[in-house]
Amino acid sequence: MNKKTQDPLFHIAKRSSLPWTLSWAIRGGALILALLVCALITTLVTGEDPIQVYVAIFKGSFGTSRKVWVLLQNIAMLLCVSLAVTPAFRMRFWNIGAEGQALIGGLAAAACMILLPGKLPNWAIIVCMTVSSILAGAIWGGIPAFFKAKWNTNETLFTLMMNYVATQLVAYYCVVWESPKGSGNIGVINLNTQIGWFPQIGSYKYLLNILIVAVVCVAMYIYLNYSKHGYEISVVGESERTARYVGIKVDRVIIRTMLLSGAVCGLAGLLLVGSTNHTLTPTIVDGRGFTAVMVSWLAKFNPIWMILTSFLLVFLSRGAGEIATNFGLNQSFGDILTGVILFFIIGSEFFINYKLIFRRPAGKED
Amino acid sequence: MDNKTPAVTMRNITKRFGPVVANDKVWLNIYRGEILALLGENGSGKTTLMNMLSGIYFPDEGEIAIDGKEVVIRSPKDAFDLGIGMIHQHFKLVDVLSAAENIVLGLPGKLDLKAASEKIRAICEAYGFEVDPNQKIYNMSVSQKQTVEIVKVLYRGADILILDEPTAVLTPQETDKLFAVLRNMRNDGKAIVIITHKMHEVEALSDRVAVLRHGQFIGDMPTKTTNAQEMTNMMVGHPVVLNIARPEPKDPKPRVEVKGLTVRDIEGTLKLDDVSFTANSGEILGIAGISGCGQKELLEAIAGLDGTREELIGKDPLSIQEMGVSLSFVPEDRLGMGLVGNMDLSDNMMLRSFRRGRSVFTDRKTPHQLAETVVRDLEVSTPGVSTPVRRLSGGNVQKVLVGREIASAPTVLLTAYAVRGLDINSSYTIYDLINRQKAAGVAVIYVGEDLDVLLELADRILVLCGGKVSGIVPGRGAKKREVGLMMTKLGGEQAHE
Repeated sequence: MNKKTQDPLFHIAKRSSLPWTLSWAIRGGALILALLVCALITTLVTGEDPIQVYVAIFKGSFGTSRKVWVLLQNIAMLLCVSLAVTPAFRMRFWNIGAEGQALIGGLAAAACMILLPGKLPNWAIIVCMTVSSILAGAIWGGIPAFFKAKWNTNETLFTLMMNYVATQLVAYYCVVWESPKGSGNIGVINLNTQIGWFPQIGSYKYLLNILIVAVVCVAMYIYLNYSKHGYEISVVGESERTARYVGIKVDRVIIRTMLLSGAVCGLAGLLLVGSTNHTLTPTIVDGRGFTAVMVSWLAKFNPIWMILTSFLLVFLSRGAGEIATNFGLNQSFGDILTGVILFFIIGSEFFINYKLIFRRPAGKED
Repeated sequence: MDNKTPAVTMRNITKRFGPVVANDKVWLNIYRGEILALLGENGSGKTTLMNMLSGIYFPDEGEIAIDGKEVVIRSPKDAFDLGIGMIHQHFKLVDVLSAAENIVLGLPGKLDLKAASEKIRAICEAYGFEVDPNQKIYNMSVSQKQTVEIVKVLYRGADILILDEPTAVLTPQETDKLFAVLRNMRNDGKAIVIITHKMHEVEALSDRVAVLRHGQFIGDMPTKTTNAQEMTNMMVGHPVVLNIARPEPKDPKPRVEVKGLTVRDIEGTLKLDDVSFTANSGEILGIAGISGCGQKELLEAIAGLDGTREELIGKDPLSIQEMGVSLSFVPEDRLGMGLVGNMDLSDNMMLRSFRRGRSVFTDRKTPHQLAETVVRDLEVSTPGVSTPVRRLSGGNVQKVLVGREIASAPTVLLTAYAVRGLDINSSYTIYDLINRQKAAGVAVIYVGEDLDVLLELADRILVLCGGKVSGIVPGRGAKKREVGLMMTKLGGEQAHE
């Protein structure tokens, strides 16, 4: 019997599918656990009252109606970039160049706003901005896809490198178009004429963006799940050999999908420049191209779930900013809390898929 | 034999994978000096059971005892320490290393290849293996690689050997050699477990058989006291008829003509050399050959897949498919081609047909119905048509694939290893399906590995050897020995191309 001490303490076994109530209970439990751990860290490290901190985090997103609008706008922009990378991810094409694709889209939009006034009417300029930024994003996404399809280059490195090219290009044009001279910044473009500015719906500055992204989200969901293209993307992602065997032209699917991915990124850049900020800086995309990777993965590449995951990430980052100012804490502290919460949420997926079987107590052996 | 202590006792072993119970309270004894054949349909849990013995899986319930002492096997290393060695279906060898290097790989102590080679030679001599310790793995035939795997576990001192379908990749001659070696090892007092689907091998080799069905232990008995029919009935759970029909071809007309087909792979190695033959409608053309003699390349060339530049009619896979040529190809990796593992049954059904219609959206209803039909007609055991294909056992995956290909009403059906790894009952279902296609006037090209079946099923047999046609013989009246020799006749010349 003393041999039994060799038995491993626990072993891992795959679960049968859980009823959704239980899996959500596990996720909820993970969130509560995360909040408890965060509270503990807060008390130990800063001496602040964790409840106050949580209230501040909540207020950071929902405190005033302005804050709610900013929250929605940020969700929309993050969601837009996440939607863009998702078709590529479903194809197992690791596009981490969304940052650059969105930036180059923004650059195209800004170029139209700066160069075209006086030559074309305002509506034509807006059409030009839309077409050119979507095209620019598509080209930026299409280049790595072309190389991948023809010569099987590594898409992760390629798309990543394209980010730096885009950033440097934008930095260059920021100097070329600087205003006022010597500032190195573009400043607000067409501040007086408002040429190329997207129209506002009523008094809601961000509503247009939010509506556009909502439409893109639903369209992407339908495209991926119900269209023939979407089906081809899934097959290519799962097995290129199978795809080739059933007569899918893999090269064409890769390029087509990345053109789409880049185009939606370009749209995100357009919205940032034309509708929200009316300016261009090398950091205008603000890392969303990378956060989008997380949004997309967390939602398991489902566009509808991505609304939730992008909310979660934006909510946490806004909360982090809020406690940084309210409590005089470093912004990094907010990031620590964000990290802890994400760790628990992602970790809970393990317990949804697997269960631990513990060693049976020795007394129960027969 | 019964009064001996079993080398291995497995008691009350249960293993679950999610909702699937792979082993359900299984009891099994393995004795020294005995060859045990472990039988069961696909998905009956044979491999899972043996994987728990070799430390790959850990049982959810139950105990394992070696020589009467209770043990806990947590890893393959634990298994090795207990003298248990398993030879898997897929070899786990490093191609660029030599046999000796592979054998000592991972062992503690100083690397002394000379001493290792000596020990390897001694093992080979004792049991009748033929291994050159200095030969690189990539220069070896499948049978030689398998020998290295067996020597590897013996070198580590294993005296309980488990072989998972070892003959699936061997020629009849190689199989005979393997069996001779296994008998030598048995006579030396080792315990041997062999998993196989081929009844005549069970009868020729084993001393005792144990049968699993749906994860449960059904019974065991000395091989002498039973026969193929009884064993099959035990595996399936009801009486089965073990006959392959071979109706005379009706009105055969040439359907596919292959003339002077030559194929080189990416490295420029000659894979097919000037192959010519005709496949007739309403006829099964069997293709025999040692694995890797160009069967795969031949079918891929006909289906228009890449790898061939000598295009048959200059068409791509899609247009060939539209001409009614259907490839139900089962490579070593079953899901590698033809099916998408992560997709469910009905999504897999539409792989071929999803382009139909002008709509940009896919039609989900028809494939769903087709999936249900295939599940019902071919008795696919699955929780439902929304289950990902990779969750199904090999035999069921195979049925899904063949079912879909047949549903596309092909005029030419290409199948490769259609019954590889399939249990006897499923195999006969597949033979029956193929025969029905033949009766419907389809030209069937059947690449098989079980020569006995080929001899019973095919109307004509084309024998490939090293990428060349070694001969075409009529299926009726062909002798196994003759065909076996034709498979190896050109082997000497072609080995080093």
